[in-house]
Amino acid sequence: MLNKFSEKLKNKRASSKAEATQDTNVSQASKQSSNTKATQDAELTQDAKISKWQLDKSSVFIKRKRTFTLAFLGVAVLFAGSAIITNYNVIEGFTSIPKVIIWMVQNLVPNEKSWEHLPSILSKLAETALVAIAVTVCAALCSFFFSLLGTRTTKANPLVARVVRVIAAFFRNVPDVVWAILLLFSFGQNVLTGFFALFFATFGLLTRIFIETIDEVSSSCVEAMHATGATTLQTVFQGIVPSSMPSIVSWILYMIETNIRTSTLIGVLTATGIGYAFDTYYKRMDYASASLVVLSIVILVIAIELISNQIRKVIM
Amino acid sequence: MSELAVAGAAANTAAQSPLSLGVHNHIKKTPRGKIKTAAKSKSNTVIQITVLVLLGLTVYGFLTFDYKNIDLATALASTLDNASTMFLQPRLSYNSFSGAMFALLITFSLGALATIFGAIIAFFGALLCAKNIANPLVATVVRSFVAFIRAVPTILWVLILTIAAGLGSVAAVAGLTFHSAGYLVKAYSESIEEVDNGVIEALKASGASYWQIVFQAILPASLSFMTAWTFLRFEINFSTAIAMGAAAGAGGIGFDLFMAGSFYFDLHELGFITYIVVIAVIVLEMFATKIKAKVR
Repeated sequence: MLNKFSEKLKNKRASSKAEATQDTNVSQASKQSSNTKATQDAELTQDAKISKWQLDKSSVFIKRKRTFTLAFLGVAVLFAGSAIITNYNVIEGFTSIPKVIIWMVQNLVPNEKSWEHLPSILSKLAETALVAIAVTVCAALCSFFFSLLGTRTTKANPLVARVVRVIAAFFRNVPDVVWAILLLFSFGQNVLTGFFALFFATFGLLTRIFIETIDEVSSSCVEAMHATGATTLQTVFQGIVPSSMPSIVSWILYMIETNIRTSTLIGVLTATGIGYAFDTYYKRMDYASASLVVLSIVILVIAIELISNQIRKVIM
Repeated sequence: MSELAVAGAAANTAAQSPLSLGVHNHIKKTPRGKIKTAAKSKSNTVIQITVLVLLGLTVYGFLTFDYKNIDLATALASTLDNASTMFLQPRLSYNSFSGAMFALLITFSLGALATIFGAIIAFFGALLCAKNIANPLVATVVRSFVAFIRAVPTILWVLILTIAAGLGSVAAVAGLTFHSAGYLVKAYSESIEEVDNGVIEALKASGASYWQIVFQAILPASLSFMTAWTFLRFEINFSTAIAMGAAAGAGGIGFDLFMAGSFYFDLHELGFITYIVVIAVIVLEMFATKIKAKVR
């Protein structure tokens, strides 16, 4: 294949050179073209060789090509079907992009009046960030104990392990929006609505992740400790905790970042925190203040991402 | 002073014991004479500090939240009551079953469109910011731009685009696409960075053009990772599309959830739709796992 490639490339270069020099130096051009003819002939024989070789060992390339074509067709059909079902206008989809950018540049810029709202926006942002952190820490603590029951390494009761996994799957798969709507009935517009909604979703996800992490990272060291006669509690605190701590902390940092974004969404739905601040300005058509909310979220999320990356560099 | 003396005595006994081969001097002990099992390292210190800071912020958060004098016990009890109504007596009354299935299909399609657009944009974005093939300056600019896009929550994108592009699927798909593209650029560029540098160099040496390197070396080598990431993102987009339907009126099953819960206050209907969503998510996950296994 590589040979064919370089041959073709040479051929191309030679012909383009020939075109360039045609009007300035005729004799050189004719030389070049004879050159290209030679390489073309060489390529023909090469092609014949390759096609013969392909006949012998056709399966790999033809199969790959077939898979690619099938995948491409599948995506195309999926796209067309989805566009029809959702009434998605492809042309409008593309023409709206410049319109959107112009609108954003004109309207989504903080003005002097909007800076007056900054203290209230920042206090709402602090509340949302603290909720996200508190939720993640509480969920991580619960998930860790649950995942100890769910992992294969501790050799807990297999029935208990299965029950833990099913419970985690249930909490993970019920959308956080549903939790928010359900909690809104009893808790109303309260910090705790967002807190519990996020808690259930985070708990389900982290339990699954922690079970996988412990199975992956700690199994060999737990086996070694069992062999030396350590008790279950000793294996947990001297084996599992130290060996899986770096990945667990890394996942917690990731979840905090995600939860800040999700709690904005739940805030819009349940009228709490920074999501509510955005929704209020948005419905008042005070887009300058709304843009300030967006900017403050962006700065917070990027700051957390940068700090997390630094921590990850040291601990992983 | 006394501690020093004790330490000196301990060192003396260690030196005098017949078994000592100098090993004892290297084993660190606690003041009470126990052998220290955990080595002190920078990594452990950072983990401890991180955990302590997070715990401190959690406690501070709980102390400063405005609970509005809510009665936690009664609220939790009534939530439990509502949850049992919702999950144990699911029933449709405002939507027909086929209507709910069509709404599910709409949500699925929104997620699919956003994933396809996101994947295409992200592929070219990733080529611009993968460290092994991109111009470092361009890579930094693209990376910061993508980090900005990713930091804005999807709900805000959808709400902003709804004003600018009008209510409908265009705004929803575009809003979902922003975050998917940002997420996939990061994932794709990481898979591209894992491609063996030798292959790229060999192609460069044989005179292959940029696009030949991309399609003959990079794409085949990272395709399985990219497919796995794309399916993961599709699962995320599906659940985000549900949330967008509920919070931004983007249609689909999410909007039905919102109507059932916050407009009709019908817990039975909310429960039934939740079950539909949960089953759909599980089926999707199983399907994705199968495809991922096939690609590898």
